[in-house]
Amino acid sequence: MTVTLASYLLVAAFLFCIGLYGALTKRNAVVVLLCIELMLNAVNLNLVAFSKYGPQPGIAGQVFSLFNITVAAAEAAVGVAILIALYRRRSTVNVDEMDTLKR
Amino acid sequence: MTAGISGEFVAFFLLSLITLGGAVFMLSFTRVVHMVVALAFSFLGLAGLYVMLEAEFVAFSQVLIYAGAVSILMLFGIMLTRHDVDEEEQDRRRRHRTFAFVAVLALFVALFKGIVALVPAGEGKLAEANTLEIGKALFTKYVIPFELVSVLLLVALVGAIVLARKEGHDA
Repeated sequence: MTVTLASYLLVAAFLFCIGLYGALTKRNAVVVLLCIELMLNAVNLNLVAFSKYGPQPGIAGQVFSLFNITVAAAEAAVGVAILIALYRRRSTVNVDEMDTLKR
Repeated sequence: MTAGISGEFVAFFLLSLITLGGAVFMLSFTRVVHMVVALAFSFLGLAGLYVMLEAEFVAFSQVLIYAGAVSILMLFGIMLTRHDVDEEEQDRRRRHRTFAFVAVLALFVALFKGIVALVPAGEGKLAEANTLEIGKALFTKYVIPFELVSVLLLVALVGAIVLARKEGHDA
């Protein structure tokens, strides 16, 4: 029993699916943001796995995942700031109550 | 290795168990703070997987940024807003949840088929001093994206402060 590329990809796929399910079903917007982070992490795992086991192994995948981590951190910061601003105005963080555009 | 299970496999199994277990527990917990703690474990497990893939620097940044900064940021976000336990289960929400589950399952099956059909490429050789290589690549080949990312971080920092600042005359 050895660890191959496919095992890493399967873990990443499962992680991505869990994140997607959480992002679609959870009510609290902070948890939705966390689930999006989980999906980004799954993508990072894919990039790093391909940087070792891919057809052309190299450092590019790791550099890419570092950029990905940076952008994800920026996204999390802005997301939480928007949530706090929204909470101050509407005093809710539930995504199903943020429906002003639907009315 | 034919009969026994290699140490690499055991490490991979344990780390992916921590990662996926943290994610699954995140889905099943009802309290929001517990969800964040479960996800922090998931992030740490991912860092272990990166170490197994010879990406020590990425693992280090994963621990620093995800398990450290993002988890704490989300905890702040939770503490600064109201967080009640996820309660009532309306009929509409249950239908929505079933639909989401079916869609995600379909996506997973499609991904699984793609991964199984993948031709194994064989293990390549990575450089011994990985962090050194990353530094060299960042400052030669990827120097323009690197500078752009620093601008992006600055914009995100300023934007987050402006968005979350208290409005009114004292601002």
